[in-house]
Amino acid sequence: MALNWFKYSSPASFYPLAGRLAPWFGVAAALLTLTGLYLGFFVAPTDYKQGEAYRIIFIHVPAAWMSMFIYLVMAFYAGLGLVFNTRLSAFMARALAPTGALFTFISLWTGALWGKPMWGAWWVWDARLTSELILLFLYLGFISLQAAIEDPRRAARASGLLALIGAVNVPIIYFSVQWWNTLHQGASISMSQGSAMAATMLTAMLVMTLAFWMYTIAVVLTRVRCEILERERHSEWVAEVASRETR
Amino acid sequence: MLRGNALVAVRGDRRLFAGLDFALDAGELLYVNGPNGSGKTTLLRMLCGLVAPAEGAILWNGEDIRSVGDAYRAEMVYFGHLAGVKDELSGVENLRVNCRLAGQDPSDEELTRALGTLGLRGLETLPAKVLSQGQRRRVSLSRLLLSRAHLWILDEPYTALDRSAVELLQGLIRDHLARGGLAVLTTHQQVEIDAGITKELRLGS
Amino acid sequence: MEMSGIGLLSGTRNILARDLTLAGRRITDVLTTLFFFVIVVSLFPLGVGPEMNTLRMIAPGILWVAALLATMLSLGRLFTADYIDGTLEQMLLSPQPLSLIVLGKVAAHWLVTGAPLVLMSPLLGLQFGLGGAALGVLMLTLLIGTPVLSLVGAMGAALTLGLRGGGALISLLVLPLYIPVLIFGAGAVEAVASGLEAGAHLSLLGALLVLALCFGPWVTAAALRISLE
Repeated sequence: MALNWFKYSSPASFYPLAGRLAPWFGVAAALLTLTGLYLGFFVAPTDYKQGEAYRIIFIHVPAAWMSMFIYLVMAFYAGLGLVFNTRLSAFMARALAPTGALFTFISLWTGALWGKPMWGAWWVWDARLTSELILLFLYLGFISLQAAIEDPRRAARASGLLALIGAVNVPIIYFSVQWWNTLHQGASISMSQGSAMAATMLTAMLVMTLAFWMYTIAVVLTRVRCEILERERHSEWVAEVASRETR
Repeated sequence: MLRGNALVAVRGDRRLFAGLDFALDAGELLYVNGPNGSGKTTLLRMLCGLVAPAEGAILWNGEDIRSVGDAYRAEMVYFGHLAGVKDELSGVENLRVNCRLAGQDPSDEELTRALGTLGLRGLETLPAKVLSQGQRRRVSLSRLLLSRAHLWILDEPYTALDRSAVELLQGLIRDHLARGGLAVLTTHQQVEIDAGITKELRLGS
Repeated sequence: MEMSGIGLLSGTRNILARDLTLAGRRITDVLTTLFFFVIVVSLFPLGVGPEMNTLRMIAPGILWVAALLATMLSLGRLFTADYIDGTLEQMLLSPQPLSLIVLGKVAAHWLVTGAPLVLMSPLLGLQFGLGGAALGVLMLTLLIGTPVLSLVGAMGAALTLGLRGGGALISLLVLPLYIPVLIFGAGAVEAVASGLEAGAHLSLLGALLVLALCFGPWVTAAALRISLE
């Protein structure tokens, strides 16, 4: 992006920018979702082993990817906020958390739906699902810590530090769960196993991932706008915005 | 020595004070006053480096205290609302732990003498839980006697002290300033501060 | 300032000695954690049934999970008392590096809560029918693993200092981070109990300890400065 980030790192100039951009990302998310779902549900071929049930992966896999990626982005913003003391980064980290948790939850839920026809059980302790579950706990910890601290500055800094601790631990946890899973050879299925992935399947999955990204950006921008208004409610520019928008 | 430049304090989203400047040199006392909630304690915690100013900087010998770090903390002693006295430890043990935290290692005689000066003779080895509120404050204050710090930051030090202890503490502050030390003080009690050069800083006006 | 290499660790030693003295005078606190460990472990046969083969199979997991919970239970005490009486403030204002003071506190915490668990574990392992080799590895894994629990727990304790509902919150923050220790710790005992090598588990557990020792006190110090601001 060729934007001058330093100019937009001040809440007062970020607020109108976010307001202009959010609807576009929302529209892009809707269009991409429709395209992705069409590709996934109607164009992609039926899997010869798993039948039609496999089509849930067009939601499951992108959601799982997003859940992990959002955590890293969140930790990145948290680190930025801690090091450079920029309030906007802390707002971003805070706004990303609920969406990350949502995608983690979706990926667990769809994983269970997929698991029932595949393994005959709603839940199996396979490495991927277990890691997702732990990731959900990490998100919940971040959100709860933030909610428990009243002072906004302490809340931002403490949860930022927690996000960094979590980000360092995610690879360790992921590795240890993999290790644990291979030792206790349970039922495990990998989506690339059994059938080579058709090109349309991959395209549909990538389109869905992009759609989720656009959705995330739209929601995060909107959430950051609310956050900015709330925190800066005593400042002059917010009063101006309020008088302009109520007129 | 100690300077505050355009300090701003924010608690939650309330501004306690803004654009606060002061300068304090050797042998001077800064008397901070103002009504409750005007940010006296916040200012003192800022001067210790516990709280970062929202804007502005605090300089010690021309350097920002946050970059001086440990070396600044070695030259400063803070006496706050909380006594920092453990119930289970005796007066001597409490004082020893506190002195060691401040980077000093006084002998047993020095510890006992310091406690004796503050009127705790014969009580040195009792666990602090049997002491009264005022006596516990005295245990805590005794570390000022052994401190080699140049800067004393005292937040309501007279609380729970009787008249004789108040006079003793005033004497300590006077001696400290006479030696070329600096002190920052808040108090609600009517106590004349008859020490060298006193500068006054009013908050919340 | 006159701070030699030996002087640097004096902050650690000072606080370690003080916390051990305090623990000695409040011995019930120490025993509570140990009793909790024993009771939680003893509940399992009552819930699962006295079938010895089943118990032997789940013993490593039970002992390790109970150790996690017992450590968690004691974390609240780590900084709270010092926070309430103002000593923690003085620690932050000390010219000695805060991370080394934290190291002293964590070391004391481990000696008072972790070490008794290590010593008690073979006795409980016997009740679950673990053999000699497995008992030895159980003690060894707890010996390497419980310091990690104290070091990681200290971060959570520092972040939640003085918050309402801190106890429940701390478990939400800390338990997910304990998972690798649980996996390698219980895994090693299981491996030995079923006649396999546990070398890899132990090395990984050791690596976790090194990592936690290097970064834990430092992160905890940062968290304390945030919480006291």
